[in-house]
Amino acid sequence: MRKSEVFVPRRTAGLSASDLVVLAGLTVLLYGGLRLALAAPTQVQGPEISLSIAALPRYAVYSVARMTAAYVLSLLFSLIYAYAAARNHLVEQVLMPLLDILQSIPILSFLPVVLLSLSALLPEALAVELAAVALIFTSQAWNMTFSLYQSFTTVPNELKEAAATFRLGRWLRLRHLEMPFATIGLIWNSMMSWSGGWFFLMAAETFVVGRRDFRLPGLGSYLYKAADLGDTRAILWGLGALVLVIVLLDQLVWRPALAWADRFKLESVEADEPPTSWFHDLLASSVIIAWLRAHIIIPFVDIADRALGSPSGQRWPKSRQRSRIVPTAQVALLIALGALLLYGCFRAAQMLATLSLASLGHIALAVLATSVRVTAALLITLIWTLPVGVAIGTNRRLATVLQPLVQTVAAIPATALFPIILLFMVGLPGGLNIAAVVLMLMGTQWYLLFNIIAGAAAIPEDLRYTTRILKLGRVARWRTLILPAIFPYLVTGLITAGGGAWNASIVAEYVTFGGQRHQVLGIGAVIAEATGTGDYALLLAGTLALALTVVLLNRLLWRRLYVQAAERYRLE
Amino acid sequence: MATNNVLLDVRGVTKAYGRGDRRFLALQNVDFVIRAGEFVCLLGPSGCGKSTLLRIITGLTEATEGKVLYRGEPLQGVNPYATIVFQTFALYPWLTVQQNVELALKARGVSAQERAQRAVKLIDMVGLDGFESAYPRELSGGMRQKVGFARAMAVEPELLCLDEPFSALDVLSAEALRGELLELWLNKAIPTRAILMVTHNIEEAVFMADRIVVMDKDPGRVVTEVEVTLRHPRRRKDPAFQATVDRIYGAVTGKTTPETELALGRLGEPGTIVRLPPASMVPLAGLVERVAEEGGRHDIYRLAEDLSYELDDLLPVVEAGELLGFVQVDAGDIVVTPLGQTFADASILARKEIVAARALRVPTIRWIYETLQAEPSHRVDEERLQAVLQREFGDYAAEQLSVAIAWGRYAELFAFDDSSGELSLEANGVITGRA
Repeated sequence: MRKSEVFVPRRTAGLSASDLVVLAGLTVLLYGGLRLALAAPTQVQGPEISLSIAALPRYAVYSVARMTAAYVLSLLFSLIYAYAAARNHLVEQVLMPLLDILQSIPILSFLPVVLLSLSALLPEALAVELAAVALIFTSQAWNMTFSLYQSFTTVPNELKEAAATFRLGRWLRLRHLEMPFATIGLIWNSMMSWSGGWFFLMAAETFVVGRRDFRLPGLGSYLYKAADLGDTRAILWGLGALVLVIVLLDQLVWRPALAWADRFKLESVEADEPPTSWFHDLLASSVIIAWLRAHIIIPFVDIADRALGSPSGQRWPKSRQRSRIVPTAQVALLIALGALLLYGCFRAAQMLATLSLASLGHIALAVLATSVRVTAALLITLIWTLPVGVAIGTNRRLATVLQPLVQTVAAIPATALFPIILLFMVGLPGGLNIAAVVLMLMGTQWYLLFNIIAGAAAIPEDLRYTTRILKLGRVARWRTLILPAIFPYLVTGLITAGGGAWNASIVAEYVTFGGQRHQVLGIGAVIAEATGTGDYALLLAGTLALALTVVLLNRLLWRRLYVQAAERYRLE
Repeated sequence: MATNNVLLDVRGVTKAYGRGDRRFLALQNVDFVIRAGEFVCLLGPSGCGKSTLLRIITGLTEATEGKVLYRGEPLQGVNPYATIVFQTFALYPWLTVQQNVELALKARGVSAQERAQRAVKLIDMVGLDGFESAYPRELSGGMRQKVGFARAMAVEPELLCLDEPFSALDVLSAEALRGELLELWLNKAIPTRAILMVTHNIEEAVFMADRIVVMDKDPGRVVTEVEVTLRHPRRRKDPAFQATVDRIYGAVTGKTTPETELALGRLGEPGTIVRLPPASMVPLAGLVERVAEEGGRHDIYRLAEDLSYELDDLLPVVEAGELLGFVQVDAGDIVVTPLGQTFADASILARKEIVAARALRVPTIRWIYETLQAEPSHRVDEERLQAVLQREFGDYAAEQLSVAIAWGRYAELFAFDDSSGELSLEANGVITGRA
């Protein structure tokens, strides 16, 4: 069962000094992006999207190519970042708080700034492509990095000691100890990243604000156009193609990867049900693969081993004082960076100061309105996922029937379905309001459902028997057993779901559909409108307000709950 | 050096945790040597720092003070002449038996062909022929440890270090592996020139070693060294064997410290710090009852055997009994005191009162109790206590606090709220017979 995971560093509540530095850095980055954006074209012509079925394979390839590019970037980034953080204590102290903030910021809110600044620099089509890849990258990289970092830092001590006593060098250690140990976690997180990536890709492929049409040719824009024209046949073909692509990737990439990675399990006993994959078995028995292994891969790895695998003459660190003396070059660099940061913040503040009090008030109101929507979406999600999740988690028969179904439905990115929801709802009174909540709901409910299922399945049999013997009523059973047992899973699911809902507000609160603009009060609408009209001060203020709100909510509410859940309701 | 064949010379090695003058000593001023041709055992209860010492000798950890000389040269990193066989095997589960053995050779740049040859030969030597392509998870514990031995011998170490290599195995496998190792060693089938084995099992040490370095804890130190001159093959039923076991036994368990000395040590002041043994009250009650039933006196070693308890697990319980004055230890025997007899006969509530009265003599618990009394709210945060204990016990502070809380709760001296992390005085805790 796939369930989300949250990385929580040791210091937990509130904002620390390093968080403030990170936030200041982001502000400066945003400001820099907006300065570039001043030169952005005021009108962006979108691409022509063909609804012909013959065009679908091409669009599918485009979409998958964007995803792949972003994933490769994420993989490289996470490997280097996590390795550096796990290896060097000083680097770790900078990188981990940075990552901690980055993971809680609603990434989609940065899309407008990235789009605008890139389109000022590059030809339109290229700028939009790069923005999409950058956006998907930022949605994928963090959890993969945390997973790798956690693996690298939790390698069992005796395996590390064995590596040291047999004098494995860095390369051999990475290849035979650290990477194998990290592989399973990395694959699970890659799968999560990939499905999160679809959500962002579909949003990026369909982004239109005012006279700026930032759409990309791909499955997302195909669905958008089909819904826009009310072409049911094209909608069905588009959805079919999307589901087919997702299922194929699952069968041809992720399942085989999991089956292959089973050998890296640390457990020293054979598992009851190791993951299986027909495609993996096929590859494993293939003559071509065997030839490639014997004649290309193994010799190549052997050369690499010989070149990089020199024995380590591991020595103790010379002295501990050395790290205390900070070289002057580093001090100078730090001062320069600090000055740049201060100057950037000052200029950003100047830009913000041009805003009227009324627009600031409007932003506050908009944040409030969006948070009401997010809360509503989470509540509705809770109401249906709690009973269903517990039922599936505690009933094996039900699980075998429903699980594959739920997983397939959950794999369809909510943003791809959004135009179709609009098609039905935009005409209703309060239509976009409902549609926005529905989008948030669709994007987030699965995180919660999967976590609840995992939590319910983890309730020990003997505790369930005991409650049955005690003849506890339904209410008492939920209060004494089920809720406390699934609480940690619930909180983890809610953290992930909440983040997703805030992200959805960017695309859900302001839409151009059927040739008309629709919008509701909300921070997502503020950001989208400011992007469309080119009100950069408002765009900066809106993006910062959204990011700050989510970071603070995370720190002050969710994280406390998480720590409490981890300490108090742990089933040992 | 050449004259007396000394391979390894440990001189005044101290390992301390924490800083400043308040630090916890895991090892204090340890001296010993290993000569070529010797099989030496480091023997002692858990917490005596024997595993830490092994890690210092192999260069995995650095000593705080003192030095380790190997062939007269001071060690400056991982010891290139030594390898370790680990208690938990430490095999890489994603590598086959042969790949595990070859890995050690790969790090030394041995060519693929030679690696394979040497690995197959070693696997054959330890009796795992036919299992080359098996993964560790397919093997039994005993077979896994054989792979551990093959891997350690692959690099032909001069000094083979064994860290409790048999204690994770079942009794029969352990016995088989001991015999096989001795056979390889005594027949000089391996190029190893000396073996250093860490163990807490006295019989095992007497069965295998030429010399036993006996250690004790608080602080970890060498108590004595015993030469074992019995000829191989040694037999456990042999009276000479038993006599050696008994002699070492007395040295390991020592003698109960007189209470007057204990009561002097106050927290935060110089003097002996009493470390609470990590034992809970339920097995303590069971132990006192059992020994009382046996007539008030029993050999600890036999008792552990009767109860099928690891000696390592039993000793903390005995220590807790000593600390509370229920039992005394004398020449390897455990003796129930009159107070212990009363405790054994008492009802559940009366037992709590007895423990309450006695626990208040233990410095850490008394200090927590007094701190709570001094507080107007009679409440103290757990972290504050731990911060103070940190200075006394270093890495062991959390353990000490949790033991103190467990004892104090049992005795109803104070209550503890796990979710708020707060200790408070028991409201109706009428303490009788307070010292």
